Amino acid sequence: MTVSIQLEVNGKPVQAAVEPRRLLVHFLREDLGLTGANIGCETSLCGACTVLLDGNAVKSCTMLAAQADGASVTTIEGLAQNGELHPLQEGFWEKHGLQCGYCTPGMILSANYLLAQNPSPNDEEIREGLKGNICRCTGYHNIVEAVKYAAERMS
Amino acid sequence: MARVLGTSIKRREDPALITGRGKYTDDLKAEGMAHAAIVRSPYAHARIRGIDTSAAEALPGVLAVLTARDVAAAGIPGVVPVGWLLPDLVTPAHPMIAADTVRHVGDAVAVVVAEDRYLARDAADRVAVDYEPLDAVADVVAALEDGAPAVHEEAPGNVAFDWEIGERESVDAAFASAAHTVELDLRNNRLIPHAIEPRAVLASYDSSTGEMTIHMTSQNPHVHRLLMTLASLGMPEHKVRIVAPEVGGGFGSKIHHYADEAIVGLCSMKLDRPVKWTATRTETNLTDAHGRDHSTHCAMALDADGRITGLRVDTAAAMGAYLSTFAPAVPTYLYGTLLSGQYDIPAIHCHVTGVFTHTAPVDAYRGAGRPEATYVVERLMHLAGDATGLGPVEVRRRNFVSPDAFPYQTQVALAYDSGNYGPAMDRALEMIGYDDLKSEQASRRDNGGKQIGIGFSSYIEACGLAPSAVVGSLGAQAGQWESADVRVHPTASVTVYTGSSSHGQGHETTFSQIVADKLGIAPEAVEVIHGDTDLVQFGMGTYGSRSAAVGGSAIVKSVEKIIEKGKKIAAHLLEASAEDLEYEDGNFRVAGSPDRSLGLGDVALQAYLAHNYPDDLEPGLSATSFYDPANFTYPFGTHVCVVEVDTETGSIELLRYAAVDDVGNVINPMIVDGQLHGGLAQGIGQALWENAVYDESGQLVSGSLMDYAVPKIHNLIPFELDRTTTPCPHNPLGVKGVGEAGAIASPAAVVNAVVDALAPFGISHIDMPLTPEKVWRAVNS
Ligand code: FES
Ligand code: FES
Repeated sequence: MTVSIQLEVNGKPVQAAVEPRRLLVHFLREDLGLTGANIGCETSLCGACTVLLDGNAVKSCTMLAAQADGASVTTIEGLAQNGELHPLQEGFWEKHGLQCGYCTPGMILSANYLLAQNPSPNDEEIREGLKGNICRCTGYHNIVEAVKYAAERMS
Repeated sequence: MARVLGTSIKRREDPALITGRGKYTDDLKAEGMAHAAIVRSPYAHARIRGIDTSAAEALPGVLAVLTARDVAAAGIPGVVPVGWLLPDLVTPAHPMIAADTVRHVGDAVAVVVAEDRYLARDAADRVAVDYEPLDAVADVVAALEDGAPAVHEEAPGNVAFDWEIGERESVDAAFASAAHTVELDLRNNRLIPHAIEPRAVLASYDSSTGEMTIHMTSQNPHVHRLLMTLASLGMPEHKVRIVAPEVGGGFGSKIHHYADEAIVGLCSMKLDRPVKWTATRTETNLTDAHGRDHSTHCAMALDADGRITGLRVDTAAAMGAYLSTFAPAVPTYLYGTLLSGQYDIPAIHCHVTGVFTHTAPVDAYRGAGRPEATYVVERLMHLAGDATGLGPVEVRRRNFVSPDAFPYQTQVALAYDSGNYGPAMDRALEMIGYDDLKSEQASRRDNGGKQIGIGFSSYIEACGLAPSAVVGSLGAQAGQWESADVRVHPTASVTVYTGSSSHGQGHETTFSQIVADKLGIAPEAVEVIHGDTDLVQFGMGTYGSRSAAVGGSAIVKSVEKIIEKGKKIAAHLLEASAEDLEYEDGNFRVAGSPDRSLGLGDVALQAYLAHNYPDDLEPGLSATSFYDPANFTYPFGTHVCVVEVDTETGSIELLRYAAVDDVGNVINPMIVDGQLHGGLAQGIGQALWENAVYDESGQLVSGSLMDYAVPKIHNLIPFELDRTTTPCPHNPLGVKGVGEAGAIASPAAVVNAVVDALAPFGISHIDMPLTPEKVWRAVNS
């Protein structure tokens, strides 16, 4: 049994028939080939799978593809515009906000949501805003710096 | 040409990773790929009475269900070996798939392969295993008690090994005449590495060639190939290619050879199709080798001046249900040998019992043995500061190995090559503003309320693993050199093939800096290839903070050979003698005649266009080296942690963390700082939050991120870092390694800080993790 869904992914319309139980993250990664969203825990705890759904940061491992019907999804692949890195991507590169990079797409998209809510967060607000995303490599020090860098660039 | 060694150039790895284009194992697809799901024991210890696979096999889309019977029928060795032997080590077999007995929750009993990931999971749930549950023991101390359930028949009393180092008699004598003694019973808590990328494998067997390509989450693809072919699958090594694509962190957990990867290889061979398996987080937690898990009694003797005269350590170290790849080395050669710390200790004795338990295996996790040793020494130093009245700073200073005593031979085998411990301590005190903090602490003690504590950790580590002769004599089944093949192309761009494989450390950036610096070319002209057994001839991989010190040195050795070869070619072209040639900033010059020179590009091109070379000159410009270090390297430093403890609730707030590390010369300061940050987070995590908990029946209670507290961003604070630089004297880069320092130093710094805050309550020790509950109980008891 499948359900048919229509949504927008990174600005492009997508139509698909999916199993009702198919997770959004598997739909994105395996059906659409958008492997930027990673799976770190499949239980909504690590944030590696974070994507933007109608502008909100959501954990795509804990959502069914069918629930994304009608929504607009942005993955890390859709963040750079016209070949130009998003300031957050630049910030993570510039400030060494990543090591293995596995948490990075989710971290960047959560930070994107944070900056949309609060364009000039202080350190504490950044740390509060990103607490749904785990990074095991960086100790977070440079992630805070990366987000500050982006906030400055975007203001 | 500007120097590129020592500069923070941005990482070349990042553009792919920040745009979602980096390919990790689970991102890969292969034509005809099927998916595996592994059926695991829900019991810590049970006899398998029977397995009924029929319901699983009946599901449409299921391709195969394999059990131990199929492993036996395949006629392969089918085991997961241990790679480090100790004298009298008991080495029970670890079958790829359990045949009649399971020994920890998560032990593999069957594997299902299906057309689709979801289907494989469905079918795995339909495999009916008839278990007869048996008594289990998960705790390292309980496992040594009389009558404890046996993990392996061949290991009476659950003892895997009994090991000692140092001289017991001289330590006893030191204690007999000591002016002060301090002692401690401590547990070093079991940790789960938690690389955020779970382990994964994509095995693609092709029966037409008999070859198999395995993409997998590996820190050391060649070591994996060796163990996989030799002990598990019984394939000729040249028929197996192992590729580590992007690897999402490892911290040790992706060094080891596991049953699961071998099982998936077998599935691919059986089905003649690519098969993929990716662990869930829970599977990762159940089967990744865990870290630490020691129970230790330790004591220190000091004379009336506060000089250490003896150190005695007795440790029970959990091995888990089976001996993992390097497991026996971790609580022995990477632990007992580090117990001299930064101090001149005339008598040390350490006894370690390796203990089987019905749990996941324990093996190297960031620091591997050295954090445990540092924790013992630095907790005792804290107590010694109190007992002698010297305080934590002076008691350390008084016992530091003096800067003119290097090379310094410890009583526990290691010979420290270089060091200068005082300046790191001085700098740390200055950064933290020690005197002000002390007066703040005093006034809080007078006024009550939240207390602050200041904790020190002056650590040493032995890294740059490893001098092969040394580790070989200690039981390693392999040398720990590293290889580098450096090829200069006709257009003077360079490709480096290194056996040191990155899983987030930025090897490509760092290694390109080394080559660029030595050859006087731009880093962009240097390509770095790693993590593929077909491209790189052999390598030992990334662990033990060895990549720069050993892998980097191998690269330097090859570059030096290339320069020598280039000189011969240039001499031929310039009609000069090779002895007269110098190489600088990308040019070969005849000494004394500055106009007679050739660029690397000219020489490289002519190396390949060679048509009129003399007999003794071969075409081509490339070199391969195997670098085997003369000794370990010995990074050191002093870390200071400041905490505030709410004695009403037991909660702890980190206020400051300052770290002064000496890792020798630094290639890329940005990357080095990043390594420290990450290590600190893991060490602070161990001290305050992380704990792998098994209940009495051997169930892993902290099997998910819900129950196992990996530090989150709001738990941590900015880290204050600085360095002193004492170059390593025995490798060409003067580097020592930095990957593990943060995790080694920080647990003791944090615990010492909390204990310091609680000193007015008469508290001298609390076991990690320092949860508010434990702190509260300590304060209220
Ligand atoms: S994979 Fe979705 S939160 Fe961890
Ligand atoms: S960079 Fe590795 S988990 Fe964040």
